[in-house]
Amino acid sequence: MSTPDVPVPVANPRAPFYRRLPVVSHFNKSVGLQRGMLVIGLILTGLFLLTALLAPLVAPYGFSQLSDADGSFPTQQPPGGKHLLGTTVGGYDVLSRVIWGTQTALLVIVVAVVLSIFAGVVLGLVSGYLGGWLDRVLVVVADAIYAFPSLLVAIVMAIVISGGQSSLLGGIMAAAVSITVVFIPQYFRVIRAETIRLKAEPFVESAKVVGASNLRIITRHIYRNATRTLPLIFTLNASEAILTLAALGFLGFGIEPSSAAEWGFDLNKALADTTSGIWWTGLFPGLAIVWTVLGLTLVGESINDLNDPRLRGRKRAGGTSTAPANTAVITAEGSAS
Amino acid sequence: MTTLIESPPADADGLLPAKKKSSGGGLGQYILIRFLLIFPTIFILVTMVFFLMRITGDPITAAMGGRLPPEQLQERIHAAGYDRPLFTQYIEYLGQLATGNFGTTLSDNRKVTEMLTTYGSATLELSINALIVALLVGIPLGMLAAHRRDHLDAVLRIFAILCYATPVFFAGLLLKLTFSVWLGWLPVAGRAKTSSELALTSLQAPTGIYWLDALRSGNMAALGDVMAHAVLPAVALGLLTAGIFLRLVRTNVIGTLGRDYVEAGRSRGVSEFRLVTKHAYKPALIPIITVMGLQIAVMLGGAVLTEKTFEWKGLGFQLATYLTARDFVAVQGIVVLLAVIVAMTNFIVDIIAALIDPRVRY
Repeated sequence: MSTPDVPVPVANPRAPFYRRLPVVSHFNKSVGLQRGMLVIGLILTGLFLLTALLAPLVAPYGFSQLSDADGSFPTQQPPGGKHLLGTTVGGYDVLSRVIWGTQTALLVIVVAVVLSIFAGVVLGLVSGYLGGWLDRVLVVVADAIYAFPSLLVAIVMAIVISGGQSSLLGGIMAAAVSITVVFIPQYFRVIRAETIRLKAEPFVESAKVVGASNLRIITRHIYRNATRTLPLIFTLNASEAILTLAALGFLGFGIEPSSAAEWGFDLNKALADTTSGIWWTGLFPGLAIVWTVLGLTLVGESINDLNDPRLRGRKRAGGTSTAPANTAVITAEGSAS
Repeated sequence: MTTLIESPPADADGLLPAKKKSSGGGLGQYILIRFLLIFPTIFILVTMVFFLMRITGDPITAAMGGRLPPEQLQERIHAAGYDRPLFTQYIEYLGQLATGNFGTTLSDNRKVTEMLTTYGSATLELSINALIVALLVGIPLGMLAAHRRDHLDAVLRIFAILCYATPVFFAGLLLKLTFSVWLGWLPVAGRAKTSSELALTSLQAPTGIYWLDALRSGNMAALGDVMAHAVLPAVALGLLTAGIFLRLVRTNVIGTLGRDYVEAGRSRGVSEFRLVTKHAYKPALIPIITVMGLQIAVMLGGAVLTEKTFEWKGLGFQLATYLTARDFVAVQGIVVLLAVIVAMTNFIVDIIAALIDPRVRY
């Protein structure tokens, strides 16, 4: 087990631009079952995105609405009639909260992943390229955080940021930043390892000979090559962001129900309902989490497999390929965190 | 410190390329270096947790703010020493940790270390049970998936992804609804009935792991009761990890199945079953053990959620309770304690990996 030598397919440079985009190029390369998994993942993710964008139009009620023109909503009403998925103990409409929850989830994913990619990539590039004591300190710190249960890191960060109480924006930022701190070490490690590998490549040396500055080499030569594996980590981490957000919500670090809908928080409230046989308050928010994570993971897994020639299904029947001695480090990594 | 950092740090899954050529150093040297590396890891985590938790203010205000008049609040802050310079407090805190003092909780005034002895065994029991479920489900299914690589493979992979995509608390909730509330087969929550709990805790020198205690005392009624309580939490937490093991075994066995020596075995007439379970599986074990080490951290995180779901009175359940009570001294204590446990288990796993594969050593 040395450097992660994940073979990344180099898209045909002469193909039109849109066909070289990560997901599109993967789709064209896939066959059979793998294409099926990728397509299912894309459909699930697409529906999630669509629901998040159209939430105000789709949701029958507001996420914190407790009454309409006909009076207050009944509490703990079984699914059916005016409330398709029933109501909670507090009188919220379950369907509406599930739908509005997509917006919260999407916001947290976007903020968390953008922040952690930015911080992780910058730190990884600088640390890997410059080396020295800065590199060593960063590696030790990243290793320490990485080895630690990510949920606990997120809990500590949530305490730091919001002290536990959260408004909409505060809650989303707290969740997103907590998740970011968990993710930075992962991006950092991958990018740093790639950077160290690329640093020894002839094209970097020739750039040095030509007299390019460090900044230029990092941004023009190394950055472009080191970030090829990012779409994969992105999808894996997006699904983890959802799970971490839900876990924080479940432990009571969620966003208050009056300021946004959050699935984990709803599940926390639903826990007490189960003993009396009330299933609809927990089932639907839970299914929403599974739906979203499943979609994102299917896309990420498919990309991972398609990047690895040994795991990729072949269009033509062919012999087994003799493989380099390193097996899907990314899979192990992404799942282990 | 500097000498420690000179050597490549704990490289859990091999992302560090800086691998020194072994200068004749054997296993003993590796174990020593790896052991010494535990300390910077713990030190960094302790430092980070301490300063992060104090950025926002002192724990007393967080716990009691709004419930006490400001003068009394100030008095208590002063009495606890939280108004001194942060650095002085930090040094004092490190000194306390060095003597094994993890602090005293604010809300119910208990020692965090005492909590470990009371509740740690419950968490340990849950983790062991879950690990058994994960291994029993993940490894055979992973080998099967690697061997078949057809529709069954696809089904198994979807199963693995579903395991991973389902949060433990949702899985637990579904299991509870199905098997406890509707079918009535298994108990809803807790670790044992009150009667068996009493019988087990009154034993001489109890281990705190209930099924072990029940076995030792030969109390079969209690054993059955404990087992019934253990099934659902173990399955909920175990399935999460089982999916990861399945994927990992599948990927690695597929990798080794393509090697020449497997082909050679096949040409000598070794059965496919034996090829998968012996020839291809053994070399695939090393990455599995490394990831298993990382899984311990995931499991502890999952245990917090599982314990909360099933009211399993372990460290995680306590953590969730203290979080709700905003008792951040207790939270900090438990978090640091778990950090130490994780660092120790990672150390043990690395040693096991080194024993199996000599190439892992520095």
